[in-house]
Amino acid sequence: MNKLLIIALVTLTLGLVSSVVITAEEKDDNGGLVSLRGNAELFEEKDAEEMKRVQRDQSPIARDYLHQPPLIPHQIRNYQINTQSNKCLACHSWKNYRKAGATKISMTHFDTRDGQQLSDVSPRRYFCTQCHVNQADAKPLIENQFKAVDELSENE
Amino acid sequence: MSDNNFIKSYWKMLKKPHQATLGTILAMGFVFGIIFWGGFNTAMEASNTETFCISCHEMENNVYQEYKETIHYSNRSGVRATCPDCHVPDEWTHKIVRKIQASKELWGKFTGYVDTPDKFNNHRKEMALREWKRMKGNDSQECRNCHNFDYMDFSEQGKRSAVQHSTALAEGDKTCIDCHKGIAHTLPDMSDIEGWH
Repeated sequence: MNKLLIIALVTLTLGLVSSVVITAEEKDDNGGLVSLRGNAELFEEKDAEEMKRVQRDQSPIARDYLHQPPLIPHQIRNYQINTQSNKCLACHSWKNYRKAGATKISMTHFDTRDGQQLSDVSPRRYFCTQCHVNQADAKPLIENQFKAVDELSENE
Repeated sequence: MSDNNFIKSYWKMLKKPHQATLGTILAMGFVFGIIFWGGFNTAMEASNTETFCISCHEMENNVYQEYKETIHYSNRSGVRATCPDCHVPDEWTHKIVRKIQASKELWGKFTGYVDTPDKFNNHRKEMALREWKRMKGNDSQECRNCHNFDYMDFSEQGKRSAVQHSTALAEGDKTCIDCHKGIAHTLPDMSDIEGWH
């Protein structure tokens, strides 16, 4: 009688435990994991995000830290930078900036890597888009509370 | 003898045609004139298409590939400018002059003047200068065929364009091609081009 009772109890508990385990696996739940894909399951296909656009022309964008290469506030589609011509310098060189109403490139662009100062743009700074980029209207993927130092934050 | 008579009577007939024949010949001439002129024009317009221009590998492999990345090839509204829109004048007389000048290009094709990428790049500046000179000479008429300055809405343009268009362009110092060099094809060596960097 006792043996039978014990066997029955054991099977019952095993059955209960296994049923709990089984149902847990079958639940439609990614375990509460939220990633850059949002709450989507692995097998779900979310809608694609909207295409981001570059604003054609805007006012200069404030810098976030001192040595930041300034962001390009205008579109640069098809602007050629090669050995034959540099479209950026057509407005931003020391020769042309006044007439074009543009910001001139800083002194740092004339230094070679050995610290020698040249009288024209140094080859290491000739390819503008290696450091300077423009901005599309994409919101940050992850919210952050970055604030520039007081000196660089514009007065609101 | 009978042959002679036949020829004589035939010649007589030819020398004094029937009244209706004159009218018929006139009408036929008119119709054939239309067919000839239409055919000539069709052939000329066929040589005025993008497909025709890129049938030469020199054009297809060089300037066409460069053009494919630009705004005149693909843009928001899908309004395009193809080879003849910029390189062949629209007015008939100028177009005919250009077409006759184009025989030089046929010669260039046959002699392989620019038939390799190296040769093409070596002559790129020469070709570019020629086109820029032509465009400057006719006040960028090909640009103005589509981009009518008088109807430019400066409020829709970016700041830089609005400033440049309302000053230099409006005053007539500069014409479209002075600033918009390289709008469709890669620039050659620009080091000694005036008005550029």
